[in-house]
Amino acid sequence: MMDAYLLLADGTKFTGRGCGAGGIAIGEVVFCTGMTGYQEVLTDPSFYGQIVGMTYLCREITASTVSTWNQGKPGPRVSLRAMAKEPSNFRQDRSLQAFLKAQNIIGLEGDRHLPVLTRLLRENGVMNGAICHGVEADEGALLAEIRSYRITDAVLSVTVGAQECHRPENPRFRVGLFDYGFKESIRRSLLKRGCEVTVLPAHTTAREAKALGFDGLMLSGGPGDPADNDFVIAEAKQLFLSGTPIFAICLGHQILSLATGAKREKLKYGHHGANHPVKDLATGRSYITSQNHGYAILADSIPENLAALSHINLNDQSVEGIRYRDYPVFTVQFHPRGLAGATGHRRSLRRIHPVDGGGAPCLKDRILRRFSFSVPARSSSDRRRNSIMPVCNVAGPCGKRALKSFSSIQTPPPS
Amino acid sequence: MTDGHLADAIYLEPLTTATVRRIVEIEKPDSILPTFGGQTGLNLAMELAREGFFRQNPVRLLSANPDVIRKAEDRQAFKDMLAEIDEPFIESEVVNCLENALAFAAAVGYPVIVRPAYTLGGSGGGIAQNREELREIGANGLRLSPTTEILVEKCISGWKEIEFEVIRDGKGNVVTVCAMENIDPVGIHTGDSIVVAPTQTLADKEYQMLRSAALNIIGALEIEGGCNIQFALHPESFRYAVIEVNPRVSRSSALASKATGYPIAKVAAKIAVGYGLDEIRNAVTGKTYAFFEPVLDYCVIKFPRFPFDKFVYAKRGLGTQMKATGEVMSIGTSLEEAVMKAVRGIELGMDTLRLAEYAKLPLRRIREIIEAQDDTRIFAVYEALYRGITAESLHAITGIDPFFLHMIANLARMEAKVQFEELDESLYGAAKRMGFLDATLERLSGQALPPRRYAAYKTVDTCAAEFDAETPYYYSSFGEDSEVPESRGKKILTIGSGPIRIGQGIEFDYCSVQAVWALRDLGYETIIANNNPETVSTDFDIAHRPLFRSPHPGGCGQFADGGKARRGHRLVQFGGQTAIKLAKHFKRRGADPRHRPGDDRRRRGSGKVRRDPGNLRYQKARGQDGLYAGKGAASRRCPRLSRAAPPLLCLGGQNMIIAYTAYDVEEYMGIILKTSSKTRFLSTNT
Repeated sequence: MMDAYLLLADGTKFTGRGCGAGGIAIGEVVFCTGMTGYQEVLTDPSFYGQIVGMTYLCREITASTVSTWNQGKPGPRVSLRAMAKEPSNFRQDRSLQAFLKAQNIIGLEGDRHLPVLTRLLRENGVMNGAICHGVEADEGALLAEIRSYRITDAVLSVTVGAQECHRPENPRFRVGLFDYGFKESIRRSLLKRGCEVTVLPAHTTAREAKALGFDGLMLSGGPGDPADNDFVIAEAKQLFLSGTPIFAICLGHQILSLATGAKREKLKYGHHGANHPVKDLATGRSYITSQNHGYAILADSIPENLAALSHINLNDQSVEGIRYRDYPVFTVQFHPRGLAGATGHRRSLRRIHPVDGGGAPCLKDRILRRFSFSVPARSSSDRRRNSIMPVCNVAGPCGKRALKSFSSIQTPPPS
Repeated sequence: MTDGHLADAIYLEPLTTATVRRIVEIEKPDSILPTFGGQTGLNLAMELAREGFFRQNPVRLLSANPDVIRKAEDRQAFKDMLAEIDEPFIESEVVNCLENALAFAAAVGYPVIVRPAYTLGGSGGGIAQNREELREIGANGLRLSPTTEILVEKCISGWKEIEFEVIRDGKGNVVTVCAMENIDPVGIHTGDSIVVAPTQTLADKEYQMLRSAALNIIGALEIEGGCNIQFALHPESFRYAVIEVNPRVSRSSALASKATGYPIAKVAAKIAVGYGLDEIRNAVTGKTYAFFEPVLDYCVIKFPRFPFDKFVYAKRGLGTQMKATGEVMSIGTSLEEAVMKAVRGIELGMDTLRLAEYAKLPLRRIREIIEAQDDTRIFAVYEALYRGITAESLHAITGIDPFFLHMIANLARMEAKVQFEELDESLYGAAKRMGFLDATLERLSGQALPPRRYAAYKTVDTCAAEFDAETPYYYSSFGEDSEVPESRGKKILTIGSGPIRIGQGIEFDYCSVQAVWALRDLGYETIIANNNPETVSTDFDIAHRPLFRSPHPGGCGQFADGGKARRGHRLVQFGGQTAIKLAKHFKRRGADPRHRPGDDRRRRGSGKVRRDPGNLRYQKARGQDGLYAGKGAASRRCPRLSRAAPPLLCLGGQNMIIAYTAYDVEEYMGIILKTSSKTRFLSTNT
């Protein structure tokens, strides 16, 4: 293995062993504190344009078959602590090294630099940097390039090229999944719940989506600054107004929030990890969630007449979920994945909020289940009336008041 | 802990229901907290509940009610509860004819364990791999059982053993504090197993599956406080089974607390009086709440401390009954480093996993030891790996996950490399990163190393450095990136007492704690070094700078630096034998050990005759090194002594024996020299 190094915009340099593919990768450096789920992180399109430092010793088995991984989508570059040379798992079909190579991920392995890097990012905020593996580079020029780097066209880079339709055995609902960089697990969860999933490219217009007549829409997570996506935001606004039930997560949540007039801020070092505590304001219950985002919606900017804050992060009080009044729409910042909760009492179907009781696998399942349950059968004569996602205390088509106030909202100018 | 410092009223009474009744009469408390005193506390609460105590008195039982305790402790109630929430358990059935046994086995799948009822030592039982074997073993078992009953149980030996520490509040908020993995698969009591935190061989899918199950179970039991759940996980599928649930804080909770920095007992107590997890501050970061799941940027190893150095002739085989008396915990930036630290910490006189005795044995014997599954199996495995046996073949014998075997093999390869290759800078660095001490490297390579101090102190902060920590604790590691802020105050390092063993419990630990409190009052900045997770001294809020490390002489050079106490002092007299032994090493390093009582021991070895307060006379004391000396003392003295028949008294540091014959002396010297190559001993007539 050849030597490699990580160069930060402030000139800090960490040397280590190179792994994965060779070359130079410039990106925004973030750290991720999750202790399991390496292959999930390595294949997460939300990390597009970023260099991810894994704070835990990368002992993780590179398990699982290829089919469960997002293949072919650009993911993160990676900075590892130490790779397990002899990982062990019954599903394992290749080593991490082979996997990184196959995915064309440039990696740096070094067992000492991550705690230092984490501290640096914690104190100074996210920073650009470059991993250089096995190639000669002029450091001065590289540094200039690093400093001027900006993640651009993130969503367009990771979204699918054309519509894809996935059908379960006995489809009960049809769901359109807007791909801003979705994770496989979301599609799988929808399929598991009897939803026929049509993956839509991010640039699909609201009109095209409506023409397909979905029972509900899901806006996926994805990479980058949400405000970079003017077109997507404008289309999301149309989708919102159309009254179609929408469930949005992560980047989808941010895009929908911007579409309804909220503002976003950049977090100092983002939330990347599997242990973020989120409180559901309606029930007072809290959940541990998996998160991966560098931006957050400003709580003050949520348009009061349209929506209300539903979830907050317990660590920094940032916005984690928004419930919209009069529209069958709810959005959460976290990935409803890896979050265990217990079973829903059926009465919780009346709300979008998970209520614990005992029994079901995870919050994601429950949110998705509720999502799919609440979507009306297609034959329903009055879609709007019956469609209510439990969310919107509902009943009824959007009130005039809501429509009026909404029309006054402008899509925020790109910053 | 029966100390005025800790409670407003303390009763030193036998733990019986009568005592509790009397205390309740006198003190009139509102509630009783039964979940913090281990099984004793729970049993007492159950007994009181049975006696109808809580109906007659206005006293509440906090944290767990009798119903919850019964559900977790009663086998049938537990199974019913699991079945209700659809969690798998280890299936078993009592049968009294072969047909039923075969039908049950067919339903749950082979292999199955057959345990005949009421037979001595479980004779007549065994593992049946298939129908034919079950016919044979089952028939035999039925014949041997006086009641013609056998228990047929699904056999899960070889499955991974995973433990979850879960905590839940009255509102139903739950978090998993830590998941730990036993290196030994199911079959060896978790108290006797080497345990790793966090789990190492679980991918996200398995981890999330077990985590969900753990949260599901604690929710169903409605426990308000800490809870420990043990799972068995099939190594080659997603099948798992719940082994046991402890509805209280347990030994593992102490380990999980120290491994992650999350104060489980403290949080559980606050929950018991009605706080929610989202209302309790995370005292380590001072910023976040107790509602979070700690993440680690290091590895933790728990190594059991066995009493077999004292009970030399006890049966050493390990099984479902716990034999360890205590444990040490070590923290490292790699698994290898943590294992090396732990082995030094158990005070068997080892500085690598290579046991001198096993180095001399033929491979055939090593194999027998590995198969016998006793407390030294890990060392036999190491020896086998050192000799080039593959991890795969050892996996087949031991069932230990290849991941851990490869980790041990890394250490074995490194030891061999240091021995047989030139110790250059890169090899030195690699060995240091695996946790080899300078002294060990000198011993192995036969090469003197220049004195250098490469100890960086890292923090245990619950959050992998995501947030700034206010009261973290520290561990040492090779490197230069120290995370300990420099401070200029007056500092004193107190050395703790190490693992609990026969003859030394946690009394010295509390001495150390008292010492630290006294020094705090005097305005010193206090540092405490210990490696026993079951102690108060390693709590994050006792000393200013708790240091998790073994009080091992080889690390004294680092110790002198310990927590940057360079200009400060070291206290060794509060940590019992373990700490006292370090005095001379500090002296050698030029540091000043502030110890006074310890000097006595040294004087004893120097051959002076003196009288001690117990009025025991030391006659013709002779302090020497080595087995020769022991043999010499015996041969010179014993013939004469045995004629006169006064027994010979041998003192060897922590061990003492009355020898009646020369043979006794020789045998005993052999035993004590096995654990330590340099022992001063004192012999005297009684």
